[in-house]
Amino acid sequence: MTDLYQSQRAMRNMRRAAMQRGVVAILDVGTSKIACLVLRFDAVDPDRDSDGVGPMAGQSNFRVIGAATTRSRGVRFGEIAVMNETERAIRTAVQAAQKMANVRVDHVIACFSGGDPRSYGLAGEWQLQDSVVTEQDVARVLAACDTPDFGDGREILHAQPVNFALDHRSGLGDPRGQIGNRLACDMHMLSVDASVVQNLLYCIKRCDLELAGIASSAYVSGISSLVEDEQELGAACIDMGGGATGISIFMKKHMIYSDSVRMGGDHVTSDISKGLQVPLVVAERIKTKHGGVYATGQDDREMIEMGGDSGDWEKDRRQISRTELIGIMRPRVEEILEEVRARLDAAAFDSLPCQQIVITGGAAQIPGLDGLASRILGQRVRMGRPLRVQGLPQAANGSAFSSAVGLCLFAAHPQDEWWDFDIPTERYPARSLKRAFRWFKDNW
Amino acid sequence: MQSLGRPLPRADGPRRDPAPSRWQYRMQRLWLTPLFRVLFRVGLPLLVVGGITTAVLQSDARRAAIGQSFADLRTKFEQRPEFRVSLLSVEGASRDLTDAVRAKLALKLPQSSFDLNMDALRQKAESMDAVASAELRVRAGGVLQVVVTERDPAAIWRTDAGLVLLDATGHRVAGLLARADRADLPLVAGQGADAAMPEALAILDAAQPVATRLRGLVRMGERRWDLVLDRDQRILLPSENPVAAVERLLALDQAEKLLDRDILSIDLRNQDRPALRLAPFAMNELRKAQGLVPAAESDL
Repeated sequence: MTDLYQSQRAMRNMRRAAMQRGVVAILDVGTSKIACLVLRFDAVDPDRDSDGVGPMAGQSNFRVIGAATTRSRGVRFGEIAVMNETERAIRTAVQAAQKMANVRVDHVIACFSGGDPRSYGLAGEWQLQDSVVTEQDVARVLAACDTPDFGDGREILHAQPVNFALDHRSGLGDPRGQIGNRLACDMHMLSVDASVVQNLLYCIKRCDLELAGIASSAYVSGISSLVEDEQELGAACIDMGGGATGISIFMKKHMIYSDSVRMGGDHVTSDISKGLQVPLVVAERIKTKHGGVYATGQDDREMIEMGGDSGDWEKDRRQISRTELIGIMRPRVEEILEEVRARLDAAAFDSLPCQQIVITGGAAQIPGLDGLASRILGQRVRMGRPLRVQGLPQAANGSAFSSAVGLCLFAAHPQDEWWDFDIPTERYPARSLKRAFRWFKDNW
Repeated sequence: MQSLGRPLPRADGPRRDPAPSRWQYRMQRLWLTPLFRVLFRVGLPLLVVGGITTAVLQSDARRAAIGQSFADLRTKFEQRPEFRVSLLSVEGASRDLTDAVRAKLALKLPQSSFDLNMDALRQKAESMDAVASAELRVRAGGVLQVVVTERDPAAIWRTDAGLVLLDATGHRVAGLLARADRADLPLVAGQGADAAMPEALAILDAAQPVATRLRGLVRMGERRWDLVLDRDQRILLPSENPVAAVERLLALDQAEKLLDRDILSIDLRNQDRPALRLAPFAMNELRKAQGLVPAAESDL
């Protein structure tokens, strides 16, 4: 655990260094596309800072100066399957973004959707020595959380303190300086496969880049596509990507649950490809151009040319009606949504006061998906698009880019994670000078 | 129907990987590094130019050739007709002096104006006795103009070697063959007379009332002047303030007709007590008048 703690801290320091240099790259490693944005951080306007939150809700201090997307290669289910291919794809995206930004980027913050994320709720308690909560007390209560056995070969991706409680008062955001006897905390921890993270790390290192942060794409797309009220009152964000569908539930502006379904838009494409016996490229084109989930009488008459160069005239001149296409797509979309429903039920999403569901991601662009989703997931479903950020090109503004945009926000305003807090004095090495310093600071 | 053999090659060649190669990617990143760009744009050209220059200048012969070509270029430029001086004009001098100045300068014309050393020429011209100062300038049309200011002779100096004309400062102007050639000028004599010329001129100026009788000034022992009048009268002036002594003498002369008397010399060196030396006849007469000498026996 200490190992991870150190590496996450190192990443956080690197992020700070990148912010100081002013340029950092955002890399969304997805199954169907790899997006790279280059952010430039400007000095915050001091006048703006004085009167609290500005018109851009604090998001005006960075600007997207380079954006590039490339078709992803060698990624399956949001995990790197062929390292060389993925490395090439990352190089393509980073090079194009650098060229547009005309700066060299050394630090990169990445997100991925695979790795079988699992959520854990942790709770810890700490009896205060004197009645005022200090930073050390917060550190100790975090350290007191009993880490569940999340299994071998898994690593913690996020560990965010969600809630603090002092005696019987719960829902404290920042307990420091408050008076009480017993400090308790709830923490949300997300673990992923260590090998997936290792692969991504290695891949980025081979591109001569340094990883300055890593995040789950379900989490970051929740940040970007849920509006502030939804994050506060409770909502689920469903990020329908190419190979995996991420689910994240937000409450009181914290992620409290995350999961993923290992199905996405690519499966719909492969269904079409198998069902109509066309190449995947053609299937993808047909899906994006004519796809849908609700058939009407008009669709019976709309015939789609499939084309092909098999040499068989009969096969190449086939036509299908749009209804047939919808008939292929709909069961798979329904399956994905039902799987999502099952995950939400397992997370007791029903018991949340506000059950808003926001669907985003590349596969959410299927026409009529909102109607289908509201039948399966519940009435309060809307399609989400990412927040507008400065300098983002129009082409990178769709729902497919919600995790990339969310990663920008994550880079600019990261939530406090476990490793951002102080280490309790007891955990320092026995002969550390820091420990002595800390002891003096605590006792005088 | 498609042939069963080798598939036809695609029109646009084999499908190209859109991804940059590892080295392309690194090169692009290197190019985006500001320090590298500065080094490449400034440092590399400097290095190349410096290297080529060093390599070229390595051999002595090449260095000499470069120097020679520059010298040739310079010579060619200097030899242009615009800079050629073909005439010498001397102004402000008598004809004799003009010829003398020409001979002295001894310029080989035509010559480039870059080759003329004007300072040296001016000093050469001014080294002539008769020239007080000279101004040289190159005028349009290739004329070297020498404007000469002549020395004015103010006195004739009689020495053992002959007669010499002196100007007001005592500088030699020219030699003189006969005194009669410049009868208008006063005559001075004695060793070191030229060094005290201003004083001599002041004395002569003061002695204007007796100018008709004046024969000249004699420098005595390089210290003081003697004023010599006709009838071999000699007035010994003091070494200090001789002009005042002359004025006093003239006052005496006016009052007592001193100079008309039969006197050999008047010694004014002691200003409290002028001393006269009488001619022998006058002396005798004086003594006779005083009864010191018996008068010649009377015929009576």
